[in-house]
Amino acid sequence: MTKNKLKRIDLIFHEDCECRQVLEKTFSRSNDEIINDILESGLKGRGGAGFPTGLKWKFTAEQPADERFVICNADEGEPGTFKDREILFKVPSKVFSGMAVCAKVIGAKKGYIYLRGEYRFLLPELQKALGAFHRDIKDLIDFEIIIQMGSGAYICGEESALFESMEGKRGEPRNKPPYPTISGFKDKPTVINNVETLVYAFMICKHGPLSFKELGTSDSRGSKVFSVSGDTPIAGIYELELGMSLEHFVEEFGDGDTKAVQVGGAAGFCVPRKKLKETIIGFEGVPTGGSMKVFNSSRSMYNVLHNYLEFFEEESCGQCTPCRVGCQQLLKGIEAVKKGEKKAIYLDQLLKLSETMKLASKCGLGQSVANSFSSIVDNFREEMIY
Amino acid sequence: MAKNIKLKIDGVDVQVEDGKTVLDAARAINVHIPTLCYHEDLCVAGNCRVCVVEVTGAKALVASCAMPATDGMDVLTNSLKVRAARKNIIELLLSEHNADCTMCYKNKKCELQDLASEYKTSGEQLFIDLVPLKDYTIDNFSPSIIKDDSKCIRCQRCVRTCEELQHVSALGVAYKGDKMKISTFFENPMYDVVCTNCGQCINRCPTGSLIERNYVDEVWDAIYDEKKHVVVQTAPATRVALGEDLGFEAGHVVTGKMVSALKRVGFDSVLDTDFSADLTIMEEGTELLTRLKKALVDKDPTVKLPMATSCSPGWIKFIEHTFPEYLDNLSTCKSPQQMFGALAKTYYAKKRDIDPADIVSVSIMPCTAKKFEADRPEMRSSGYKDVDYVLTTRELARMIKQAGLDFLSLPEENYDSIMGESTGAAVIFGATGGVMEAALRTAYEIVTGREVPFENLNITPVRGMDGVKEVTVKIEGTLPDWNFLEGAELKTVTAHGLTNAKYVMERVKSGEADYHFIEIMACPGGCIGGGGQPIPTNMEIRKKRTEAIYMEDTGKPIRKSHENPEVVAIYKEFLGEPLSHKSHELLHTHYKARQRY
Amino acid sequence: MPEVQELVKSLADKYGRKRENLLHILQGIVEQERYLSDVALTEVARELDMSAAQVYGTATFYTFLDTEPRGKYVIRICRTISCDMKGKNQIIQAIEDTLKIKLGETTQNKKFTLLETNCMGWCHEGPAMLINDQVYTNLSVDKAMDIVTDYVKNK
Ligand SMILES: Cc1cc2nc3c(=O)[nH]c(=O)nc-3n(C[C@H](O)[C@H](O)[C@H](O)COP(=O)(O)O)c2cc1C
Ligand code: SF4
Ligand code: FES
Repeated sequence: MTKNKLKRIDLIFHEDCECRQVLEKTFSRSNDEIINDILESGLKGRGGAGFPTGLKWKFTAEQPADERFVICNADEGEPGTFKDREILFKVPSKVFSGMAVCAKVIGAKKGYIYLRGEYRFLLPELQKALGAFHRDIKDLIDFEIIIQMGSGAYICGEESALFESMEGKRGEPRNKPPYPTISGFKDKPTVINNVETLVYAFMICKHGPLSFKELGTSDSRGSKVFSVSGDTPIAGIYELELGMSLEHFVEEFGDGDTKAVQVGGAAGFCVPRKKLKETIIGFEGVPTGGSMKVFNSSRSMYNVLHNYLEFFEEESCGQCTPCRVGCQQLLKGIEAVKKGEKKAIYLDQLLKLSETMKLASKCGLGQSVANSFSSIVDNFREEMIY
Repeated sequence: MAKNIKLKIDGVDVQVEDGKTVLDAARAINVHIPTLCYHEDLCVAGNCRVCVVEVTGAKALVASCAMPATDGMDVLTNSLKVRAARKNIIELLLSEHNADCTMCYKNKKCELQDLASEYKTSGEQLFIDLVPLKDYTIDNFSPSIIKDDSKCIRCQRCVRTCEELQHVSALGVAYKGDKMKISTFFENPMYDVVCTNCGQCINRCPTGSLIERNYVDEVWDAIYDEKKHVVVQTAPATRVALGEDLGFEAGHVVTGKMVSALKRVGFDSVLDTDFSADLTIMEEGTELLTRLKKALVDKDPTVKLPMATSCSPGWIKFIEHTFPEYLDNLSTCKSPQQMFGALAKTYYAKKRDIDPADIVSVSIMPCTAKKFEADRPEMRSSGYKDVDYVLTTRELARMIKQAGLDFLSLPEENYDSIMGESTGAAVIFGATGGVMEAALRTAYEIVTGREVPFENLNITPVRGMDGVKEVTVKIEGTLPDWNFLEGAELKTVTAHGLTNAKYVMERVKSGEADYHFIEIMACPGGCIGGGGQPIPTNMEIRKKRTEAIYMEDTGKPIRKSHENPEVVAIYKEFLGEPLSHKSHELLHTHYKARQRY
Repeated sequence: MPEVQELVKSLADKYGRKRENLLHILQGIVEQERYLSDVALTEVARELDMSAAQVYGTATFYTFLDTEPRGKYVIRICRTISCDMKGKNQIIQAIEDTLKIKLGETTQNKKFTLLETNCMGWCHEGPAMLINDQVYTNLSVDKAMDIVTDYVKNK
């Protein structure tokens, strides 16, 4: 098998950037021009949901309000994702600059970075970089960035839970609508973007929309930073074009014995070997916030699912019935089937339950448990039973 | 004018005002969507998810209670998808819930049970029973409220009640995920935290997770005990609500039937808290006038104004925790229940020639905080526990059912004597503004010799469901003794629900308001909305009960407390005059500060 | 325990006394004390004039805001799938043996608490652990024992 290496992209980590120069150039243009560039580039959110970034900014800018906010979501809690940490570690000023561009466009005077508690060790360096950044742009824009720490709760990465947490409350997701563009942090119109999204937005300002649009596919423009882990000889962080097939990915990153790839973390999908070829990584296929976990044939997919369900059972905020109780039932359910306390057909009951969770949960956490549950149970049913 | 929204629900066109939810729209055309976490009195939570419906074009189902109705929406409330999800959700709730219904105090009065009976078709549990895997606890230390976590469905109605209506937040949500639970501070017993025992959470708990501590069996035991003379008093608000638990529509006055039922149940003497409510007015009205005199004429700097009513034990505990610096502003009067209790084992015992040790004094109250109040160390001035057992309106309904009585067909009977006579002024104690109105009817007449200048004695500005009602009464044409009040403007405020109480007290504290007299009832609507009243409760029901109260008032031959013949008699024979030494001994008390946090 | 009360007060002075400052204050206490005692939380409720039950409810939502006593050094081993695949169980075993405590427990001298935690964002360098804010990755049994022994001896 000849290995055709996937093309490496070098936008995010490339230390090419005189942030101030790019900001000066960008700020000399009108807000509409900037938004149009972002729209034109086809950039979609890198945090998971994949909402067009330009539209998000536009809606927030258009919403009448006395105050608006831009928030950088650095809660990165999805199992298998670690690229935001690397971005904040290596190129923090690009993140700040992306926030500054957004702030100008939507008219925000304050921006926040919600940094997960597990990354507190980054804080001293980040603060230093932030101080320098503030000094650097003082005359360009009236904009201040504040770093706020999380305290160990995966759900706080969900945008409305994140607002609640920033307001000093339990991180319980809100009812939607209203969406953040209308009512977000402190009930003000708010743009919330993933760390990576903000850097790409900034790079689009630097290089123009076409350079970004050229990459990827029509549904999934541009490139993306992947966090690769599991049974791979070359675990790490890679910036790759979107729209590749999983087969290509595995050819390069697998250990030769790949049985399945979990795309998008615990909330994502498990793709078995036989479906690698037909599966595209991108919004038209399996979307991912960047987590790519490779499993080889020595792994028990029951253990994988069990581990994910333990994660969800604990990290669900617990407020809504389908998710709180559903997670417990899925976990206890596969245990019971494994132990023979329940018949194998009970798995079908559980699949229906996961469908209910997908349809009726209040937020994305409960809604996405079915992704890994059904894709693992459907594809590795015998491993669940024996 | 609000814009109208047009949508379709199950194929039927509906129009609602902008801002209404899909649930509102469905209710407008009598389409029933089940709900659990939703409650009319509270903000929307949208967490139980039993109200999910399908909106054509949307990928996921939506919670109808939280989803704004929008133009052109096409909603299905009973599609295959909806039914499947709803059934699963109900099964999930049941799997986390101790569904031992026959052992449950709320059996047949439980919203989860209702839903289960609508949706359950097979006899077996769909999912694994999680209850044995959890270490659920039951907190039964409080004399008022029992909290049983094994029955909790985490709808958070209690938490929202405690926060939004009462501004107490003794209950909160703790932990997350499968560990998430409703909890007090550090899971301390309710007895040890800032809980006011108001019981509003009980009124809104859909299951049996929060219930009153019941004393029904103790009361039966007393009744069966030949040696005991069991007297019972009934609070004003019970007579306009009891019927709801026994087959009547809300707003039906059942005073006569209630008396008749109590006699048949076996109480030796059926008396009325209304009697001691009239007495309260005599004492409290005089106290107010005395304070005014001390302040205005004697310029006594130690006199505390505004004076606040003290009949609501939820309010008393609230002020002990939250505004202890204002405890001296409370009227020193005990609540009517406790005045009655103190007199039952003294005055009544003497008149009826019964050894007070043999008297068991029971009260029927719309209130769970009254149970705590009766247990207070301050409430033993007869030398015994003044009130032995407090039953809520709900518990009385239970006793009546246990006794096998057909409430609907019972004859109407009158209260026994002595301490069974009352006036319209006493009846209205049951509604917000009632104490204020009764006090004004008497005080104005003491000061001027004339009736209050309101048509038919109805002081309508203090009535109604506004949370905070400020009313100023100008005093004119005073009698010589009260000259110092000539032309004075008596500033009053009436508030109900502790959130409103807090608002009023904060205005007093900041100096924004300079009231003379404050009426506060802990429960929304006053005692008619008390934590011991029949469930459910909502604004409409509270309004109907209130209307019934005022009807009862209007129908009474005597409508001013000072004209109650038994009250006149007790002063002549026993107490002397209001604020006498004897009344201080029996009818007044002081409270003490408690921890605020 | 007036010390904690002073700490709470100084944190409230620093961050402010609004609800939105609550997490900062709780984080500040944990940084000093490693956990939130009832005394500390009562004080927070007093300073922010909010319900103690809500303070407690908020604290218990967050995994890192412990309300149980914890040691001076809180060791958290990542238990999510990558670290699990790379042998986090052996690491836990090794640390349990070194410190003579089980998962979830605190040493008698109140120096160490051993816990598991969910994905820490080091899947490519697992197994990983946190000791307070410090990250250790690519752990082997020997490496983990060396690190912990170093804490035992030198900190
Ligand atoms: C349970 C859950 C966890 C999430 N965690 C994160 C996260 O850690 N980081 C993130 O950027 N987005 C996360 N999201 C997505 C956010 O809600 C939101 O969509 C995102 O921050 C928007 O940014 P984007 O448009 O740039 O992707 C999470 C969503 C859910 C439902
Ligand atoms: S789906 Fe899960 S995490 Fe989301 S609101 Fe419901 S319980 Fe909370
Ligand atoms: S009633 Fe709508 S979610 Fe509970």
